[in-house]
Amino acid sequence: MAVVFERPKALVDIPTHYCPGCTHGIIHRLVAEVIDEMGIEGDTIGVCPVGCSVMAYDYFGCDMIEAAHGRAPATATGVKRAMPDKFVFTYQGDGDLAAIGTAETVHAATRGENIVVIFVNNTIYGMTGGQMAPTTLPGQVTQTTPFGRDTNVQGYPVRMCEMLSTLDGVALAQRVTVNSVPHIREAKKAIRKAFENQKNGLGFSIVEILSTCPTNWGMTPVDALKRVEDEMIPYYPLGVYKDKTAEEVNK
Amino acid sequence: MERNLMKGNEALAEAALRAGCKCFFGYPITPQTEISAYLAKNMAKAGGVFLQAESEVAAINMVLGAASTGVRAMTSSSSPGVSLKSEGVSYIAGSDLPCVIINVQRGGPGLGGIQPSQADYWQATKALGHGDYQLLVYAPSSVQEMVDKVTLAFDMADAYRMPVMILADGLLGQMMEPVTFPEKKTDFIEKPWATDGHGGKRKHNITNSLYLKPEELEKSVVERFKRYDEIKAKHTEAELYLTEDADIIVTAYGATARVAKSAVNLARAEGIKAGLFRPITLWPFPVNEINEAVKNAKVILDVEMSMGQMIEDVKLATNCSKPVEFYGRTGGVIPTPAEVLEQIKKLGGAK
Repeated sequence: MAVVFERPKALVDIPTHYCPGCTHGIIHRLVAEVIDEMGIEGDTIGVCPVGCSVMAYDYFGCDMIEAAHGRAPATATGVKRAMPDKFVFTYQGDGDLAAIGTAETVHAATRGENIVVIFVNNTIYGMTGGQMAPTTLPGQVTQTTPFGRDTNVQGYPVRMCEMLSTLDGVALAQRVTVNSVPHIREAKKAIRKAFENQKNGLGFSIVEILSTCPTNWGMTPVDALKRVEDEMIPYYPLGVYKDKTAEEVNK
Repeated sequence: MERNLMKGNEALAEAALRAGCKCFFGYPITPQTEISAYLAKNMAKAGGVFLQAESEVAAINMVLGAASTGVRAMTSSSSPGVSLKSEGVSYIAGSDLPCVIINVQRGGPGLGGIQPSQADYWQATKALGHGDYQLLVYAPSSVQEMVDKVTLAFDMADAYRMPVMILADGLLGQMMEPVTFPEKKTDFIEKPWATDGHGGKRKHNITNSLYLKPEELEKSVVERFKRYDEIKAKHTEAELYLTEDADIIVTAYGATARVAKSAVNLARAEGIKAGLFRPITLWPFPVNEINEAVKNAKVILDVEMSMGQMIEDVKLATNCSKPVEFYGRTGGVIPTPAEVLEQIKKLGGAK
C-alpha cells in the first residue's frame, strides 16, 4: 500500500502534552516537515522558551534548547553567532514574544539575526491557565480580564508582524493560520520560505501563526477554529507584511 | 616572557581571548566598559564573536545559547547589570552550562555609584538568581591575578559544567600593572552534551533546566552538588601572609586585601604581629586555609568595602573560634592602610 501520510522524521514518536484540539500539533508537524524536506535535521538547533511549547525539546528530533521566558531570540542569537552554518529556529508564544520578550524580539529582528521565529499567537497565556496576553482581543474574557479586556484599562493588543515589518533587518514577516486546509498549506509555504531565507542568509524571518486554545477559550476545537476566522483574522489580518525576496524580484 | 603594562579591564579581556573565549556578549556599564571596548576591537581578529546586546538580560541569554553549542562564552558587567543577569545565570547553572561572568563591582544598592565596592559578595556567593546552585567565584587582587583567574575560570567552567564568576571591583578594573599573558589555548575538552546539531550521528541533545517531576529535579540538583563537593575538596585557594606567628589576622579579599597587606606591613614595622588571610576563591570559601591562618591568633579583623558581608563566612568557617571584628568602608570609599592600621592597634595591637 502506498503511504500517503506519515509522521515527519524530525518529530520524535512520542505523545505530546498539548490539549485536545490545540493547533500546536499542526504547527509542530509543519515545522518538522520543512526540516525533513530540506534535509537539515542534523544541522538544526531549536530554541523553545517558557510557555505551552516549552517541552517541545522532547518532540523535535533536532538538538533543542529550552530558553527562559521571552529570551529565545537572544539565546538563538548566541547559538547562531557561535555556529553560523547551522539552522536555528525559535518557537514562541504570544506572551513570550510580544510581552516579556519584546526587547529580545525587536532587537534580534533589527540586527537581522539570521534565524527563523515561529510565533504562535493564540491571544492567551495557555500554560498558566488562561490569563490576558499582549495579543488578547478587546473584550476577550480571560482569567485576568474576567469582564473582558477593557482597552481603557488594559490597552490594546500588539500586532507584531506589522511592527516588525518596519525594521530593515527583517527578511520575512508573514501572518498565517492553521484553521483550515488551505490555510495550513499556506502556513507551510511561509515556514519553508523562512527556512530558505536563513539558508540564503537573508536575515530575520518571522512567521506568525494564529492558533487556537480551546481549553482556555472555553470552546470546542471546532468552535475555536471558527473563532480564528470570525474574530482573530479581522483583528490580525493574514498576509505578507514584509518579504525581502519579493522586494528583490520587484526591483 | 613579555611583560605588558595594562589596565585591569583590558587585561581581563585579553586573558579571555587567550583562554579561547569564542563569544562575548555585553552591555555598556561603568566601570567595566573597557572589557567590551577591547573585545570589540580584537575579538573578530581572533576569530571570535563580539556582540553588544540590547540589555544585560539579552547578553546573558546569548551566552547561554553560545555556551550550549560548546564554545567558550563570556559576559561582563558591573553590579546593577549583574543583577539583571541573575535570571540567565540561574538558567545556565540549571542547564549545566559552562561560562565566565565578570563583575567589576561598584557601589550599591540601586544605581549606587561608580566607585569601587565589594557590596556584591552575598550576591556572588549566595544568591545570584533563584534556586539551589552555586557559582565558583574567584576574587583576584592584582591585574596579573585577574589574568590568571580568567584563564583558570574557563577551564574550571568546562571541567565542572558550571558558571564561574570573576569578582573584581572598579579599583582593579581601572588600575594599571605589569602583566604577563599565557600562550593562546588551543586544546579544549570534548563536550558531547553540546546542542550543536547532531548531524544524524547521535540522538538529539537537549539543553534544559526544566524538570516537572520533583524527584527528577531533585536528582539533577543533587548531582550538581556532588560536583560542588569535589570543588570544595580540591579547588579552594587562599593566600596566607605572615600568619604563622600573628596575633591579629586581617581577613580581606580583592582590592581591599592590597590595602590590608600594606596595613599588616605597617603594623609589623611597629612590632605588632599582624598577618593577612586573603581568600582567592570566595565560593567555595577556603575553610581549611583560614583555620590554618588563624590557629595562633587572638583576634580576627575582617576588612571589606561593604558593611560586612564576607565576615559571615569568616565566622562560619572559623566556627567563631576567635573573636571577629569588622572594619569597612562602603559606597565607593576605599579604606586606607592607615585606617586599617588604626583598627589593628585598637584591637590591642598586642606586641
